[in-house]
Amino acid sequence: MFDPVYIHAYNMLTPLGLDLATNWQSLLANQSGIARHQVGKIKDVFVAKISEEKFRKERQALLIPKGLSRLEQMLFIVGRPIISNLSITSRTAFILSTTKGNVSSLQEGITDEAYLYSSAKKIAEIFGFVTKPIVVCNACVSGLSAVAMAKRMIQMKQCDDVVILAADEVSEFVLSGFQAFQAVSDAPCRPFDANRNGVTLGEAAAMMYVSSQKSRLEIIGESSISDANHISGPSRTGEGLYRSIRGALKEAGIGAAEVDYISAHGTATLYNDEMEAIAFNRASLAQVPVNSLKGYYGHTLGASGLLELILSCESLVKDELISSKGFSHLGVSQPINIITQTANQQLSVVLKTASGFGGSNSAMLIKKI
Amino acid sequence: MQNQAYIIHHARIAGNKLYRNGELIFTAQAEGFADFAKQAYKELNLDYPKFYKMDNLSKLAILCADVVLSEAYNHQNVAILLSNKSGSLDTDRRHQASIQQEDNFYPSPAIFVYTLANICLGEISIRHDLKSENIFLINETFDAETMHAQASYLLQSKKADYVLCGWVELFDEKYKAVLYLVGPSGQTEHSINQINDLINK
Amino acid sequence: MEELKAELKAKIIQVLNLEDVSAEDIKDDDSLFGDGLGLDSIDALELIVLLDKEYGIKLSDPKQGKAIFESINTMAEFIAENRTK
Repeated sequence: MFDPVYIHAYNMLTPLGLDLATNWQSLLANQSGIARHQVGKIKDVFVAKISEEKFRKERQALLIPKGLSRLEQMLFIVGRPIISNLSITSRTAFILSTTKGNVSSLQEGITDEAYLYSSAKKIAEIFGFVTKPIVVCNACVSGLSAVAMAKRMIQMKQCDDVVILAADEVSEFVLSGFQAFQAVSDAPCRPFDANRNGVTLGEAAAMMYVSSQKSRLEIIGESSISDANHISGPSRTGEGLYRSIRGALKEAGIGAAEVDYISAHGTATLYNDEMEAIAFNRASLAQVPVNSLKGYYGHTLGASGLLELILSCESLVKDELISSKGFSHLGVSQPINIITQTANQQLSVVLKTASGFGGSNSAMLIKKI
Repeated sequence: MQNQAYIIHHARIAGNKLYRNGELIFTAQAEGFADFAKQAYKELNLDYPKFYKMDNLSKLAILCADVVLSEAYNHQNVAILLSNKSGSLDTDRRHQASIQQEDNFYPSPAIFVYTLANICLGEISIRHDLKSENIFLINETFDAETMHAQASYLLQSKKADYVLCGWVELFDEKYKAVLYLVGPSGQTEHSINQINDLINK
Repeated sequence: MEELKAELKAKIIQVLNLEDVSAEDIKDDDSLFGDGLGLDSIDALELIVLLDKEYGIKLSDPKQGKAIFESINTMAEFIAENRTK
């Protein structure tokens, strides 16, 4: 019924590197972007922050346009290498995924900067997008939602190609909120581990270009179903995520047995990881090698869905499974197959999942052709 | 394949007034949104104590959704596509105030959870038990073209049987919500023109 | 202690947005969670903030909360013993 949509190019900017290649090397070397920092008035907490030194050097080298906030600079740097080589037309859409935008500006009150679309407008102008930018603000599934939305826009012929940008920063605003939820880990986070005790926040920017032109990576299925249960706690039966996975498999026309690797959400809270294990089991995916990348990057909120989707694609392209950092012993009630060693593996299909506040869930299947 | 969809019901809340399908069904003498919301809650017989724990944006969303969605739509495959301009800024301010001073640093989980625009959508999902597709978009003005295409996709792909779409905007005491339900049959054609008419009236 | 209990009831109603509940409705030994007032997980976290903000008590282990917040009685006892404000 709908034409297929393909992933063409992507890039990332994180504490582990200011481009994709550096990030991949860091992952292979089992490096972590998580370290002790002060965040605003919050002293001594583990977060994954981009080195200000490296950031400053990059800014100087690239002659960044003036008047951009730190978040917007991240978006510019991550987007520039690929976007500057694209032919942007009136049929090219632009989607920005972010949960909090220029959140630190709230300390000065509500200014233009506080509105999430203001960053989209600025970036659109700099990169020469002529269509009205779209901003996806869907909690921690935003990054994945944005890609799903891009696919749907192309399939409905609203546009021919889409540039997706995603970013969120580590902030006192968000960190203090997670602390109020008693959800921040006292050590670098340990997804799916028996001793996990919360998230480690992180920051990143990511970029992806998709279109109806054929490429090696096809988006073969996607589905995003709400738990409709509680605004902050995930469904104990993983209902929304389970339905999302089933929906994605149905669209792709494949069974669970054809999934080679799962890039889970794995935030390392007691409830999220448990919920995911339950959902994976319900969907007959208990044997599939699975990891969370949050042990390397922390939880990058609105960037996480896209950042981790990109790395899943890299795993596919390179036939390499990355070990799930922070994991020692299984700490969920249902068996799942956590990747404990980075190693080569022939891969064709990857499932990326995400969940977030509000009871949102998202599942996407990518196939290497 | 029949691709034409229809707008089945719509509702609007603005300036202390509540409309269903274009008809004024309630108007309140109220001092501010919180007061209006309380009166509307009683008028609509919501009987939903969680309402009082919500932030203003979620209260607005719940009230408007209640006018559009009769009980018949509960537990059905009704997708939700919402948008606004200010995101969750109204509540963001309150959270920021709770952490602004070092010697009065008491972030509240009940406030923080509402510092995401899509929570108001989540509240609608919970109240009406809608385990369905959903997304929240932010834009300066309502993007009818995108909403139309996304809703159409959901119906054509059969990922949803109905789609609840619209605009739920609140900042300070300025608020406006317009929600419309799209489905396979109804009075009004689901078209970009009709949508713009509804939103911008 | 009676004053503290009355104060607690008022504060809980306010902080947890319990709109249709008055102090008279809350008995000292009513269970706050479960069937009693039907409070949920966010309310529990909110009460932890209340202990800190109003009474200067920082819970070292949030899991202690379950026992402390069982009823107005248990809350008042704990606060009377540990308050620093």
